[in-house]
Amino acid sequence: MEKGTVSQVDTGLTQMALNRERTKVPVRFVSQLNWKQNVTGYVFVLPWIIGFLCLTAGPLLFSLYASFTDYNITSKMNFIGLENYKRMFTMDDMFWTSLWNTIYYVVFSVPLTTIGAIFVAVLLNQKVKGMRIFRTIFYLPAILSGVAVYFLWMQLLSPSTGLVNQFLHIFGIEGPSWLFDPNWTKPALILMKLWGVGGGMLLYLGRMQGIAPSLYEAADLDGANSLEKFFHITLPMITPIIFFDVVTSTIGSFQIFQEAYVMTQNGEGGPSNSLLFYNLHMWNNAFKSFDMGYASAMAWFLFGIIMVLTFINLKAGRKWVYYEGGDGK
Amino acid sequence: MRLAGSLERKKKFSFKNLLVFLILLVGSMVLLTPLCWMILTSLKSPQEIMQYPPPFLPQKFHFSNYLEAWKTGNFTRWSLNTLLIAVMNTIGNVLVNSFVAYGFAKIRFKGRNVLFILVLSTMLLPGFVTMIPQYILFSKLGWVNTYLPLIVPAFLGSAFNIFLLRQFMMTIPNEIAEAAIMDGANHFRIWWTITMPLIKPALITVAIFSFTGAWNDLLGPLLYLSDENLYTLQLGLQTFKGSVQTQWNYLMAMSVMVLIPTILIFFIFQRYFIKGANVSAGMKG
Repeated sequence: MEKGTVSQVDTGLTQMALNRERTKVPVRFVSQLNWKQNVTGYVFVLPWIIGFLCLTAGPLLFSLYASFTDYNITSKMNFIGLENYKRMFTMDDMFWTSLWNTIYYVVFSVPLTTIGAIFVAVLLNQKVKGMRIFRTIFYLPAILSGVAVYFLWMQLLSPSTGLVNQFLHIFGIEGPSWLFDPNWTKPALILMKLWGVGGGMLLYLGRMQGIAPSLYEAADLDGANSLEKFFHITLPMITPIIFFDVVTSTIGSFQIFQEAYVMTQNGEGGPSNSLLFYNLHMWNNAFKSFDMGYASAMAWFLFGIIMVLTFINLKAGRKWVYYEGGDGK
Repeated sequence: MRLAGSLERKKKFSFKNLLVFLILLVGSMVLLTPLCWMILTSLKSPQEIMQYPPPFLPQKFHFSNYLEAWKTGNFTRWSLNTLLIAVMNTIGNVLVNSFVAYGFAKIRFKGRNVLFILVLSTMLLPGFVTMIPQYILFSKLGWVNTYLPLIVPAFLGSAFNIFLLRQFMMTIPNEIAEAAIMDGANHFRIWWTITMPLIKPALITVAIFSFTGAWNDLLGPLLYLSDENLYTLQLGLQTFKGSVQTQWNYLMAMSVMVLIPTILIFFIFQRYFIKGANVSAGMKG
């Protein structure tokens, strides 16, 4: 193998030398051309570089440093070592509450929305009358977002007059108080999330439509039934999407904020703090008590959790994600 | 025997289709009911809102709810504010991201691959980590209570849009650009006069997502705007709730109005939404 690499490099160099020989371009001209091209290239990507330095990299480093200080916007930044982290882990009960609420939400919402999206995509990938209309209807809720949607769900989930409990009433089920019962607030948000499952569905559907029909035809010849075809053809082929979906929706779900802020009266946390999510707690620390140092420490701790999870996801993904035409990497 | 087998399979097949059709029909009804309920609630009288059990249909359609609700807050002003921010975000995203994407797709320069990997990795960065320091930066610049923090970042590139547009540009053969360079055109002209028209569908996709994203954003305005005259619709709607309490007919009327632009855009540009999703599906393959 080593030999192969060496000879590859070797032929590459030879090829380059030959090319230069053949075109007879003076070395100085080539480097001048490269120089000009380099500058043009950087001019084109400059806006992104400025954005990256000013809005991403710089802020990241600043908040890392701020997390070791008692900064509150008006004060000087006094270095206080690990005090903020100590306070977080040992003195702030709400930190643990918010972390627990967030993990609860991630653990249920990510698998449920992923499985829901795949299920709906399979249904929408069949040859049935009216499919275009069905696809539109299933996708529509996914594009609706913002305060209006949260209001709608507060109305739907209202304990006595809400549509959901009215519906359950028909079957003689006494519906829970949803957003007023600490045990049901998080399921309420997950229910709302599932309404927009069509967003993920579209990714899966796009991928499913790219699967070669010959694979299914071959399975038909072997007498495979629909379930077997799903588990042995469809599912392996959509693993790259599942992988991407799980990675990004885990990151997204950890950052749940807007819904909880609107549905709990300006971010107070809801009944028994059951909707006090991590970012809500961080927000309250940063922008209500202006405890920027402490809030930065919270931000970096969450960043750490997300990095570790993403890393695990990427590592584990190599084991179960199937790339067509790839070497299994 | 063989014939019987194939007949049986055919029969089973259509039964399966019927089942799929029924599930989709019920599912569609379940998904659409909240929206119908929203519209019906917005047309009810205050008495009907309080009634138990609530009637599904209002006795009379109170279209005046919309006017009443609109007058409760400064919604005309807030709509124009939101429109301004959303349009600026759209312009910034379309121009800057296509410009940057051109650099990554069509110009070979030192460090290009490293930079592009950096672009991709910022897509995995949780936005909340940079929120606090960004707020500090913008407040030191005196930008709080202006639209600058909500507009300027749109002119500094967004990783996902750069990626999406680059994918589209990669499908344009390099020969076109090379021929143009032979004719004396530079990269700026090629970007503007050749590439931009060729990737129009992708630009429309980016425009739609930028516009609806800015239109529906609550976090940014909540963070940077405290002057009521500067409010966006999302922020106005959020504070509107406090002033009308449980008057759900008014709340739903305003909510419907805030959602209408997104719904219109969805139905007009439906295929571009799907295009965007397909590109992102392709990238994971």
